[in-house]
Amino acid sequence: MAKNLVGNHIRRLRFNHNEMTQQQLADKVGVTRQTIVALEKGNYSPSLELAFRIAHAFGLPLEEVFYYGEHVE
Amino acid sequence: MTYQEKKSIVSIVAAILIFGLYCAYKYANYPAEGLTTDETFHYWGAFVLVLMLVSIIAHIVISIIFNIIFRMTTGEKEPRFADELDKLIELKSNRNGFFVFILGFLLAMGSLVMDGPVQNMFVIMIVAGFLSDVTGSVTRLYHYRKGV
Repeated sequence: MAKNLVGNHIRRLRFNHNEMTQQQLADKVGVTRQTIVALEKGNYSPSLELAFRIAHAFGLPLEEVFYYGEHVE
Repeated sequence: MTYQEKKSIVSIVAAILIFGLYCAYKYANYPAEGLTTDETFHYWGAFVLVLMLVSIIAHIVISIIFNIIFRMTTGEKEPRFADELDKLIELKSNRNGFFVFILGFLLAMGSLVMDGPVQNMFVIMIVAGFLSDVTGSVTRLYHYRKGV
């Protein structure tokens, strides 16, 4: 399996948004919890549409939720 | 382990059990004397049709039982829809499953070209169908665990 180069801060953002659960985020953006788990593990690069929906769910621009390549916190 | 991973494992086990038990049953009832060509086609035609019917019914029953056990043990409901990740994984699993079946189909045609008995052709096709089913489920399990 090729290394996924699209990373994200979903886990941290969920925590910062009143400790939102994976299921709550999944319901907000219209996917299953499994997909949120895969995204947080870095096992899946979402479609552009889903990436925008997740960013909107956190009220942030796309680049504050997702990044490409190496990222240093 | 998530719902989809558990479901893939159940699907693999169910496919092996159904196919294994059905083949064992049919093997015990295999006609002892040599069959004429017409009887051979009839026997294997019935074999495939009944296997498909039994397999569909058994999969539905196993799926219902699995969902009930999943709800009871985890307290979660099974996902009611397939999202983009599910559809992508389904496409990959179908691709791999079809690839295995096409290989089996070509082998079966090859056995006819090599003047092999008609039974060989049917056996290869049936085994290819089974392997294709298992390959699809294994692919699904792999992608749900390792990602896409």
